[in-house]
Amino acid sequence: MTSFARNQWYVAAYGREVGRDLLARTVLGEPLVLYRTEAGEVVALADRCVHRRFPLSESRLDGDRVVCGYHGFTYAPDGGCVYVPGQKRIPRTARVASYPVAEQDSFVWVWIGDRALADAAAIPGAPWLADPEWTTVSGMEPLDARYGLLVDNLLDLSHETYLHGGHIGTPEVAETPITTEVDEEAGIVRVSRHMNGAECPPFYSKSTGIEGRIDRWQDIEYHAPCLYLLHSRIAPEGVAPGPDGDDGGAFHVEIVYAITPSTENTTYDFWAVARDFARDDEKVSTFLHDSNRAVIMQDVDALNILEKVIATEPDGYQELSINIDTGGLAARRILARLAAGEQAPAGTVAR
Amino acid sequence: MTGRERPVYRVRWLPGTDTLLGTCHCGAERTAEDPVPLWEWLLAHPDGHRAPGDQTAPLATAAV
Repeated sequence: MTSFARNQWYVAAYGREVGRDLLARTVLGEPLVLYRTEAGEVVALADRCVHRRFPLSESRLDGDRVVCGYHGFTYAPDGGCVYVPGQKRIPRTARVASYPVAEQDSFVWVWIGDRALADAAAIPGAPWLADPEWTTVSGMEPLDARYGLLVDNLLDLSHETYLHGGHIGTPEVAETPITTEVDEEAGIVRVSRHMNGAECPPFYSKSTGIEGRIDRWQDIEYHAPCLYLLHSRIAPEGVAPGPDGDDGGAFHVEIVYAITPSTENTTYDFWAVARDFARDDEKVSTFLHDSNRAVIMQDVDALNILEKVIATEPDGYQELSINIDTGGLAARRILARLAAGEQAPAGTVAR
Repeated sequence: MTGRERPVYRVRWLPGTDTLLGTCHCGAERTAEDPVPLWEWLLAHPDGHRAPGDQTAPLATAAV
């Protein structure tokens, strides 16, 4: 049984998905209904009427209130019931849970745990997604696999060579040694892989127009549990940043994932690709969207298969970890610590 | 590490080898060819960590 880190912020939706229609999402096993008030504020409530548990997401809005589509129980944005049918007395317990929300960098973040601990200042940033100097394509794919499998996948990019050949994988990704750093207190894992003179995969040759070999830097920054950033730098071979930090000779892509556990065995895979080149070129946007989605679907297919294997295997399977897993092991350990509610680093490495 | 910075643990995969070099925020270093015991050693700080420059024996590769 997976335990989730509950006192954390998770992405529930893109801001563009939440409007005057009722949106159903399940985060950490909690069914939610999301909508905007007439003033534009995002509301997240438990998606079950207290009366006979009819999903409020299958109901309707009346102004800022949700009217249950079964018997008309009506809820204010704070979750309090303001109307029940046929009687004046509203039972004291007629209330659905409301959850703290925050909009940042195009995402709607939600806090499922103890609301007294919710501090929006702690939400990690992905500023490129809402920066007019960058152009972003994005999407979300549901995954029929536990979220830890997606964390493993993203922390070890050597799989690009084998699973994503022809898109983003080249031989150098699996062959190049990595450096891994762990900031225990902040819950951040960094994995760097700098490939110089590498083959340029179609994802980058077709979007940047670079012909020939490239210097390709992958710098991962995983803010456990939800936000994953891949700072990708692509430059013609030998083109280095200037001594003053100017890097105008390179192409930069910020690849962002929000990894949100939905249930024990399902996950929301939010993905975005932001770039600082060809910003007004719709063909490049379409190409990067379609290519990245194709890569994501390869991951989805593989992880869905893996979930079935894990769900049906006997207990006690012993995995084998090697050098490429250094970052993933660190992430597993931080996630285990967060789920256990530990405040201070302690314990052993999750294998 | 200065007083204002948070402690950072680092593992470098030494180019051209199968060896990992773990560096604790206290300066202690150790090599290994298996990331599991290397993280266990790093995160056990200060247990088994010696002063910087005082080389600690490599960790044995786990027999799995």
